[in-house]
Amino acid sequence: MTSPAIERGEVRSLILGYGLALLFTLLAFGMVVLQMLTGREAFYAVLGLGLVQMLVHFRFFLHIDLRRNSWPDLQLLVFSAMIVALMVGGTLVVLFNLHRRMM
Amino acid sequence: MNDPSLATFLLGQLSWGALPFVRAWRDPNVSEIIGAGAGVIVVLGAVGAIALITWLRAWKYLWTEWFTSLDHKKIGIMYVVLAGVMLTRALIEAVLIRTQQAVAINAPGYVEPGHFAQLFTTHGSIMIFFMAMPFLTGLMNYVVPLQIGARDMAFPYLNSVGLWLTAGGAGLMMASLAVGEFSTGGWSGYPPYTELAFSGGIGPDYWIWAVTLSSLGSVTVGINIVCTIYKLRAPGMTFLRLPLFCWTSLCTAILMIFAMPALTVATLLLAADRYAGMHFFTDDGGGNMMNYVNLFWLFGHPEVYIVVLPSFGVYSEVISAFSSKELYGYKSLVIATMAIAVLSFTVWLHHFFTMGQSASVNAAFGIATMTIGIPTGVKIYDWIWTMFRGEVRFTPPMVLSMAFMMTFVLGGFTGIILATPPLDYMMHNTLFLVAHFHNMLIPGTLYGLLAGYMYWFPKAFGFRLNERWGWVSAVCWISGFYLAFFPLYVLGASGMARRTQEVFDPAFRPWLLIALFGAFVLLTALATLFVQLYVSIRDRQANAVPVGDPWDARGLEWSVAAPPPEWNFATIPHVGDRDAFYWRKRAGGAYRPADHYRDIELPKESACGVIIGIAAAACCFGLVWRIWWMAVLFGVIVVATVIVRSFMRNVIKTIPAAKVEAADRRWLAKAQAAQPIPREQEQSGLNQGRAKIFPQPTPRHA
Amino acid sequence: MTGAPPGPVLLHAGLNLDHATREEAEQVESDVFGFWVFLMSDAVVFALLFALFGTSLEATAGGPDLAGVVKLGPAFIETMLLLASSFTFGMSSIMLKRGAKPRLALHLRPAVLWLALTWLLGIAFLGMEVNDFATMAQHGATADRSFFLSAFTVLVGTHGLHVLTGVIWLPVLLLQLASGGLDRPLKVNMIRLSLFWHFLDIVWIAIFSVVYLQGALR
Repeated sequence: MTSPAIERGEVRSLILGYGLALLFTLLAFGMVVLQMLTGREAFYAVLGLGLVQMLVHFRFFLHIDLRRNSWPDLQLLVFSAMIVALMVGGTLVVLFNLHRRMM
Repeated sequence: MNDPSLATFLLGQLSWGALPFVRAWRDPNVSEIIGAGAGVIVVLGAVGAIALITWLRAWKYLWTEWFTSLDHKKIGIMYVVLAGVMLTRALIEAVLIRTQQAVAINAPGYVEPGHFAQLFTTHGSIMIFFMAMPFLTGLMNYVVPLQIGARDMAFPYLNSVGLWLTAGGAGLMMASLAVGEFSTGGWSGYPPYTELAFSGGIGPDYWIWAVTLSSLGSVTVGINIVCTIYKLRAPGMTFLRLPLFCWTSLCTAILMIFAMPALTVATLLLAADRYAGMHFFTDDGGGNMMNYVNLFWLFGHPEVYIVVLPSFGVYSEVISAFSSKELYGYKSLVIATMAIAVLSFTVWLHHFFTMGQSASVNAAFGIATMTIGIPTGVKIYDWIWTMFRGEVRFTPPMVLSMAFMMTFVLGGFTGIILATPPLDYMMHNTLFLVAHFHNMLIPGTLYGLLAGYMYWFPKAFGFRLNERWGWVSAVCWISGFYLAFFPLYVLGASGMARRTQEVFDPAFRPWLLIALFGAFVLLTALATLFVQLYVSIRDRQANAVPVGDPWDARGLEWSVAAPPPEWNFATIPHVGDRDAFYWRKRAGGAYRPADHYRDIELPKESACGVIIGIAAAACCFGLVWRIWWMAVLFGVIVVATVIVRSFMRNVIKTIPAAKVEAADRRWLAKAQAAQPIPREQEQSGLNQGRAKIFPQPTPRHA
Repeated sequence: MTGAPPGPVLLHAGLNLDHATREEAEQVESDVFGFWVFLMSDAVVFALLFALFGTSLEATAGGPDLAGVVKLGPAFIETMLLLASSFTFGMSSIMLKRGAKPRLALHLRPAVLWLALTWLLGIAFLGMEVNDFATMAQHGATADRSFFLSAFTVLVGTHGLHVLTGVIWLPVLLLQLASGGLDRPLKVNMIRLSLFWHFLDIVWIAIFSVVYLQGALR
């Protein structure tokens, strides 16, 4: 049974995570709706904000950090991210290359 | 009218014409009769098996001891048995293909184009998904927990689910022989040919669902092996003390986890096109077949490493054991294995160099492809150095391993040729390519799986296989391969295309005849394996090796009885070294009773895996034939079984310490009574599984 | 071994194992790690669907394109619902650590309430998505219209099917809690569901970024 002090700490961490996630969500939506940036720059900004928010989720909701007992999970996540980047990046490069040569 | 719609509701697209026997009756040509014959064999085989089991009153035994077992050893054996059955079918199909091509030179031959296309489709699909994958899964399942000093896999129930999903997929493949027809689109199933517009029948649907079931099973295997190796190693078994077979199994599992999803996406999206009219890969509506090609090979390339890495692991074990020498270059072998695993995700485009990408893209992937030959070369050298100055014993597994080293390297050279895009433009879709990948798969994958089967058979069943028939089989596999496939290199370079039902250049005839002869030699090789099995079972008392170490080998799996007790180890060993058992033998520490025996908890038998596998297959059968009530009903059964299982709490059985102790002491008594035999006598009846040890210095490394 | 804090062993999303043996703790670690591995394979599925979506943006076959089908309003509400559900699930995870007494003991009531709230938010999310697709269907923007619409439907729909799985899974676990109490297998199952749920929210971040916000930018 966790002590009330630890529990309060965990709740605070959860609220902080939620707050940060909310902030990045509002920033992304707000930027698009208010047209603070447009076109390609806006899209990359959206992706960047999304990536940061994912990290917030990993840290505050999924408790993945750089501590020792998260290490196998972190290893798995980094490896998966690499494979995903390779597969998605490779697919986009190949398919857009084909598209350009067909048109 | 009520009746036709009721019939359609109940039976979907099933009709009398779906049965090959009816088709042969209506149109009795050789092609149809062969098809009907295959259907008859399936039906008689199934009926015969049921009848035999009933006559032997073995249902209860099979159900309680095998089908519902969650024991990794039993599941491993069942996987290998499944692979053996499917190997038989697919090899016969290969003989039919070779025969057709040998006789159909400016002549129609004896199988029609559609039938021929089904033959090469089922041959490829079965060999990859229902022969190679189950075989290697079976070996990994059996051996890995024993080698790391564990009692079972990390997820025994999931293990059972994976087995039965795979069996369900295999059942679907066999059902396609008796009801309906199979896809004609090759094992890769490219759209738009496999879309409804060009393949309006249900053939591609059989392919889609069989492959999907198999790929789901394989993902569960990958998850299981990764977790088992990460989390269940015995105390002291650090990663750098893992046997090579475990390293290759770990990398294979990682490949399975990341590559199978690409296949699942490809097949399910093809199903979405066919069932829901979507436009992922269709000709119209903006569909793009290259998305499928890309997805399929994102899976397909790692897949070929999935099928070859476990065999590389077997070769490491076998070559070390039968060279009586420690594996040379352990660390380099480990790094090479990891490099192969990672690089395998970077080369997939070499399967479609000719599909329109720019030269730069092709070049990048071509270079990456050649790079992957380097770690493989490192492994070959390490194996050669392992043999160097060892005391080599030419057992059948060793003969296969040596043949692998020589033949696979030749095939590797042709791979470098094909990795060069301008050369690939010449060779693509010719028999040169077919020869190359069979050159990788047969000496690479199959010899390894067979060597593993022969190497670990005494451990699994407690008696050795007949060596003479093993040599006969090995020689047939080796010579059969050369005869069947080297002519294809010549034919491909001369321009003969793959997958052709009729041949138009008489100059090809002599090569095709040699290849046909080779196919029959390969069939003989398979037959001799069955003969070997029969003879070995007949002679099992004489060749019994109950003490469990017939080859004076190194891994922990040899430190237990043959066959091992259900719980593998009476006490989990503490590992202080690589090849720990080998050094323990030499220090006089083997075959000692434990200080203290404890109760052992093992997973209880469960019918849930069986139910899920069979229901999933039935659901897919319903999907194939558009029998929607069937698909929904069995789909619900699958989900319900999963949910019900999650409620179960009584899933453990306890083996009392007294029973563990009694079994251990019985085995130790046999070990004490057994005469230790030197390696020269390991093939004689004197071998009871205890090796004669000459004291040796302590190991150099930790 | 040295310097470990006193109290229960806390792993991953804070599992309270209280009085577990080392083997039991290792088994739980293994169970949870296995689910992480499964989630990675699921992540590859989603990643490939995103890649397909990326290549489909211009394949509209004369039908509606991305800008034509996205509506930021509902997308924003759905995002808020899902993010809130991550918060409520996180709260219930913390509440569940309040001891392992059997049955629906008083101190477990907050956990159950937070879980029920999570479930309602999930249902609301699904309801809105179904409505979105129905509206699209009314305007002829169905999956069989073009490659783009197929890719859109399957990407968003696969996420929705996963949420549906979670929405079925959750009451099953509540039922187990009511009938058998919070024993170790149920705790592990709860952790797996929590991983699943948070993972789905992470995928949704990618969806609202790449699908909805990109659509609004065009």
